[in-house]
Amino acid sequence: MLRYFIRRVLLAVPVLLGVATLVFSLIHLVPGDPAQAMMGDGAAPQDVAELRKNLGLDQPLLSQYATFLRHAITGDLGTSFRTGQPVTTMILERVPATVELAVASMIVAILIAIPLGVIAAVRRGTAVDVAAMTFALAGVSIPNFWLGPLLAIVFSVELGWLPVSGRGTLANLVLPAISLGLALAAILARMTRASLLDELNELYVRAARARGVSRSASIATHALRNSMVPLLTIIALQFGAVLTGAVITETIFAWPGIGRLLIQSIGFRDYPMVQGCILLIAVTYVAVNLATDLMYGVLDPRIRFE
Amino acid sequence: MTRRLRSGQARAGLIIVALVVAGAVAAPWLLPWDAATQDLPHRLQGPTWQHWFGLDELGRDILARVLLGARVSLLVGIIVVGVSSVVGMAVGGVSGYYGGRLDQVIGRVMDVLMAFPGMLLAIALVAVLGPSLINVVLALAVIGWVGYARLVRGQVLRAREFEYVTAAKALGARTPRILLQHVLPTALPPLLVQATLGMAGAILSEAALSFLGLGVQPPTPSWGTMINGGRVHLLDAPHLTIFPGLFLAIVVLGFNFLGDGLRDAIDPRR
Repeated sequence: MLRYFIRRVLLAVPVLLGVATLVFSLIHLVPGDPAQAMMGDGAAPQDVAELRKNLGLDQPLLSQYATFLRHAITGDLGTSFRTGQPVTTMILERVPATVELAVASMIVAILIAIPLGVIAAVRRGTAVDVAAMTFALAGVSIPNFWLGPLLAIVFSVELGWLPVSGRGTLANLVLPAISLGLALAAILARMTRASLLDELNELYVRAARARGVSRSASIATHALRNSMVPLLTIIALQFGAVLTGAVITETIFAWPGIGRLLIQSIGFRDYPMVQGCILLIAVTYVAVNLATDLMYGVLDPRIRFE
Repeated sequence: MTRRLRSGQARAGLIIVALVVAGAVAAPWLLPWDAATQDLPHRLQGPTWQHWFGLDELGRDILARVLLGARVSLLVGIIVVGVSSVVGMAVGGVSGYYGGRLDQVIGRVMDVLMAFPGMLLAIALVAVLGPSLINVVLALAVIGWVGYARLVRGQVLRAREFEYVTAAKALGARTPRILLQHVLPTALPPLLVQATLGMAGAILSEAALSFLGLGVQPPTPSWGTMINGGRVHLLDAPHLTIFPGLFLAIVVLGFNFLGDGLRDAIDPRR
């Protein structure tokens, strides 16, 4: 078990290094001089040179790379070009809002997806199944940047039930969470159906039925429980999609999270902040995937011996 | 019954896609209005018999702009899927067939690219390269090829053990011939499914980037840009947002239906 853990953690190291390298390269992909691009065409040459020096862009590339890695490991992601504040501090201030939105949207997704997937699997081949899966496919197809404004028109403007933007109360969270969670619900519903169908065909479920266990009990206590293992993995793996979706949802609902900070920073060409946000989201994604792998190793011992 | 209904879904998908392609191609001849013609006195006017989808903030016909937007979306989808699948096939094919150190290096590169949530990397790339249609295509292709390469690699690993491949080797066929004629064709059916679903993904991603102001720039009509522009007038003229979004959702649903149907046809066990 310990060997499996160590092996998985070590395997994540080169990936993290690759992620950091890619994020470091971003500023060097800016066409022309990044410092000039940040300050605009009208900036004085000495100001541009000063910024170039502050960003370390006047150093040799390898030295810049080494400094970037050394600083990133210690949590120093540089200074925001726009505010002059440390990038790490500004990002950490936004973390709670993004986590709140991500968790809420995942709860919305699970609450919709599991009943929908179970009904579809249990009623396999009926119109109910097809309707549920068509709904699921529609959910994947509806862009959240369209759904969000439409939900706002109906529930905030027409009905006046919920606030249209901002953060603070539970009511503020409802529309962003639904808008972000629906696509995830659609994916999870399809997976729940597939996973449950696999289990329903297993001998132990039929054996339970043969022993006189009712159909609903055989589904709830036997099949569904086992189908949860692959589902947990998928829920965790979808975290990346939630983080990306949050970039758009936060922009629509003026939600003060990392996604909105990223888009605002792109607008201001605040490249250190852009790099910081991207690095944090990618590292979180790698960490969640690693945690999922480790959890899966605990839940299913077969994985550890592969 | 499921199969029959599902094949109905695939047919619906095909019809949707065909209609949108026809509409996008024939747009200039279908409507008497030009997408750029402005009718400022009637700006923000709702749907009428004359202008079915109404007029936008500059008095331009929304239907004409939605149809022209379809051109942009389809073009982006075709180029992104085309480039991604060709690159993915080449890289995945070589990686799977030769194996060894080359496979390991390619595997690590793919691991790093997969470590980013796809859209996030696209946002990052467009943010630094600058907002434009070409950069959107480039960013989406950079993240897109990995999925195809993984798929093809897996198929190639399986196919290279087939007896007819060994026979071809024994007969003295050269590697490119074995790859192109015997190994890669086995990967084509699942690749077709992935490409169809990839069209949906690329169209949605382009619209998302344009919505964020990172993609197609005005005055070129794009569904994402139109939805973003409509947000300002959500209260007084919701039709600016509703129609482009509706078209986007329908087209993406069409490709998803089609992809799902193709997958069912290829793998009847599902």
